[in-house]
Amino acid sequence: MTTSVAEDRADGLRRFAAIWSRAIYPATATSMTRAEFEEYLLRLAGGLSEALRAQPFDPRFGGDTGAALVAAHCTDPEALPRILGVIDSYLLLYCPPGEAVPADEAAARCGRLQHWLAAGYARSLRDRTLAEQEALSRAALAARTEAEQALHESEARFRAVFQGASIGIGIAGMDGSILEVNDTLTRMFGGLEHHVRSRNVNDWGHPDDGPGTWDMQRQVARGERDHYSIEKPYYRTDGTVLWTNLAVSLLRDPAGTPQYMLALLEDITEERLLRERLRFEATHDALTGLANRTLFFERLEEALAPGTGAARIGLCYLDLDGFKDVNDSLGHAVGDLLLVAVGERLQACVTSPGQLVARLGGDEFVVIVVDPKARSEVTALADLILGALAAPIRIEGRELSVRCSIGIVEGPAGALGPAEALRSADITMYRAKAAGGNRFALADPDADARAITRHGLVNRLPTALERGEFFVEYQPLVRLSDGSVRGAEALVRWCHPVHGTLGPDHFIPLAEATGLIVPLGRWVLEQAARQARDWQFPGLDGPPLRVNVNLSPSQLHHPGLVPETVAALAEAGIEPSALCLEVTESALIGADEDLLRPLRQFAELGVDIALDDFGTGYSNLASLRQLPITTLKLDRSFTRGMQHQPVDPVDVKIVDGIVQLAHTLGLSVTVEGVETGLQAEHLRVLGCDTAQGWYYARPGPPERLHALSLVDASST
Amino acid sequence: MVERPAWAPQGIDLSVPSVSRIYDYYLGGSHNFEADRDAGRRAMEAFPGLPKIMQANRAFMRRAVRYAVDQGVTQFLDIGSGIPTFGNVHEVAQAARPGATVVYVDHDPVAVAHSRAVLEGNERADIVSADLRSPRDILDSEPARRLLDLSRPVALLLIAVLHFLEDADEPSKSVAELRDALAPGSLLILTHASTDGGPRKPEEGDKVEGVYRNIGSPLIMRSRTEVERFFDGFEPVEPGVVAMPLWRPDGTDDEDDPVIYTGFAGVGRKA
Repeated sequence: MTTSVAEDRADGLRRFAAIWSRAIYPATATSMTRAEFEEYLLRLAGGLSEALRAQPFDPRFGGDTGAALVAAHCTDPEALPRILGVIDSYLLLYCPPGEAVPADEAAARCGRLQHWLAAGYARSLRDRTLAEQEALSRAALAARTEAEQALHESEARFRAVFQGASIGIGIAGMDGSILEVNDTLTRMFGGLEHHVRSRNVNDWGHPDDGPGTWDMQRQVARGERDHYSIEKPYYRTDGTVLWTNLAVSLLRDPAGTPQYMLALLEDITEERLLRERLRFEATHDALTGLANRTLFFERLEEALAPGTGAARIGLCYLDLDGFKDVNDSLGHAVGDLLLVAVGERLQACVTSPGQLVARLGGDEFVVIVVDPKARSEVTALADLILGALAAPIRIEGRELSVRCSIGIVEGPAGALGPAEALRSADITMYRAKAAGGNRFALADPDADARAITRHGLVNRLPTALERGEFFVEYQPLVRLSDGSVRGAEALVRWCHPVHGTLGPDHFIPLAEATGLIVPLGRWVLEQAARQARDWQFPGLDGPPLRVNVNLSPSQLHHPGLVPETVAALAEAGIEPSALCLEVTESALIGADEDLLRPLRQFAELGVDIALDDFGTGYSNLASLRQLPITTLKLDRSFTRGMQHQPVDPVDVKIVDGIVQLAHTLGLSVTVEGVETGLQAEHLRVLGCDTAQGWYYARPGPPERLHALSLVDASST
Repeated sequence: MVERPAWAPQGIDLSVPSVSRIYDYYLGGSHNFEADRDAGRRAMEAFPGLPKIMQANRAFMRRAVRYAVDQGVTQFLDIGSGIPTFGNVHEVAQAARPGATVVYVDHDPVAVAHSRAVLEGNERADIVSADLRSPRDILDSEPARRLLDLSRPVALLLIAVLHFLEDADEPSKSVAELRDALAPGSLLILTHASTDGGPRKPEEGDKVEGVYRNIGSPLIMRSRTEVERFFDGFEPVEPGVVAMPLWRPDGTDDEDDPVIYTGFAGVGRKA
């Protein structure tokens, strides 16, 4: 072959490859550039050209070319006619096999090469398609296996969470059938899984279910509500009640169709028991079991509430005649038994749900009559009460005659506020008493006014301070851990020229009503501060003795309270920390920031603030942390059950809970009314900090405390 | 696309078309199922010439990878890599520079499994199962830590993937988070679907968006300005954000279908 023949042949191949490339390239998916692709085709063209010339002729090379074109991704169906068309038209033209192959033979060879190319192309494309499909299937399978593995692990994690959760979890179908429950839920219901699993959600009704509970449940079941949470009771397997915080959620599939209902249950039975007990203690008189002042005012306010309340209201205010004599001559124990018996008789007089008997304190009782049909209904009730008390009461083998005086207020609900209504009934009662007792009197504004002026206490109170009729007694506060005296509560007394020594219960409400409380409170504080200074004994270890002084709600409203107190402390020359102010829980009900401001100022100065009568009125434990207080004074009613064996376990549990709560909040706990050594020991074990009560000492003159402290000092 | 926490396993439902397998179908591959081909055919009916656009997209990617290697960048992070077919980043990059490393990222479990099979034995390339919407998962993945040295420049490839993130997915935030993790001199290589300035009408764009929305993988056409905004913090290299065939072409092509001028491509360098 001459050089020129070789050059011609190479030139022809390049031309053929250029035409071929131009035809095929637009139909390929190759990653080659156009130039690279043409170079690729040039090699294939060279092969075809040689195959045309080869002796003997072997058309199978066409098959290799077809495979090579598939490998270069010329796989679009459009590509094949272009591939073959260019070969058919230009291969012999640009790559003639030479004279050794006659023209008709060359044309036949070109045709057969194309047949084999098509066959090789088809085979290769089929192989590639199958290989890719297989590779994809393997990938899909691998991905699926991996996903299943992940799902399995995820499920295992969820199962662990489900079973290990400290709250009960249950899953139900949309028809309410229970599908899954965890062990915690089973245990909450009493331990029998079958008992829980075999039930339907709709079978879990309880008579104490809150209103709306089942409406919300039905809405969830219909897919109209996604969530609700309530407190709900259930029956346990053994028939006892289980109280729960229940949260129900609707679970939907990705398309939004409701699939399951999920219930999360937290056992709050104990908490609720405690709450109910606290509520009961807070609203009932410990001695008689009757409603106390708090519940009485709640019920009265409810009845007087504009719009929703009653149309008319009746009150019978009742005070025993000569009860003080019983107490004085027969002792407090008999007095208490008498009060219990009276309470029972009063309760027996009350028959309709619109009537409530309450003990306000001492020997004072009140009956509310909501919506009396007529005034005669209330007077008839008063007659009934007088009759019920007419028969003597037998106590410890003694027949005691009881008489009482009743003041009746009856009128439209809008006419008077709760406090005014009670005050009016109180005054009316005094009128009945003044008229000789053992009778009732009906309120009448003119008679009220006369009664007030006639009433010795009210009359004499404003001048009592000037006349020096008040004096202060002190009751020691003892540290439970070591029995040492830590201080004392100042308790004001009125030495009345007619009635003798009166406790604060008898005149503080009057002083409140007349505004005398402000100067009286200031006087008590000055006395107490001076006394506290005298107690700063030299030579005693530990912090100086502290004095506790009661603050009434009216004093809190008085703008001079803080400066006057600071002045009293400065004049006495004692530190603010030597003073503790006691505020009753009920005084702080609904207290706004204005009322709390003086307390916060005291707290900033370093004066301690104690919450008095804790547990009798407020019991909103959550708000405790908002108050600037340092001490809780636990009402005596909580610890009465610890005075004697056997000790009431519920009382122990309640006090334990309160002490823990107080300590969590950084508050110390003082217990009032400690009367026995057993009680003191229990309270010490429960972690109460200080105590006061007859077991240690009754209220007395300040010198007594001095003596007690010295005994304490010498015994350590 | 439903957002799901990373620990919740994703189910595999092969009756749901996958964007990576549809893409493979456009490119003439057989790594797809009938559901994918059906969706692909509907998209092509709505927007004729899609396979050409995909080829132009692949061709741009290869040119940009070679450009990166020429610039001395030999680490590649390809997010939304899909089903590996031929002419992939690691093939192009490792052909140009055998030591080049590539980390592929996809959230399609089948694509990930397939990539794993294809890359078996290649010590300088690996695949991460993660989502562009969670860049931290990508950067913290074992392959990324092993194969990418973030103190040196990396070429970040976001080829035909950002248009699968809706605005609510905050695609710019993902790009910015990735950018902040990369060393100065790193490159952002991206392409994005758009009818802005191209030969196809916005109505045709709407139709193809509809097809993708129906399969649960919405496709968002964005304007040139919006695409340029992804380059915040990057300096676009010549010729800037342009139609794919116009970005540093290999040669002249007078016979190409004008449809390939649909969409935008660009490369930016982090200062």
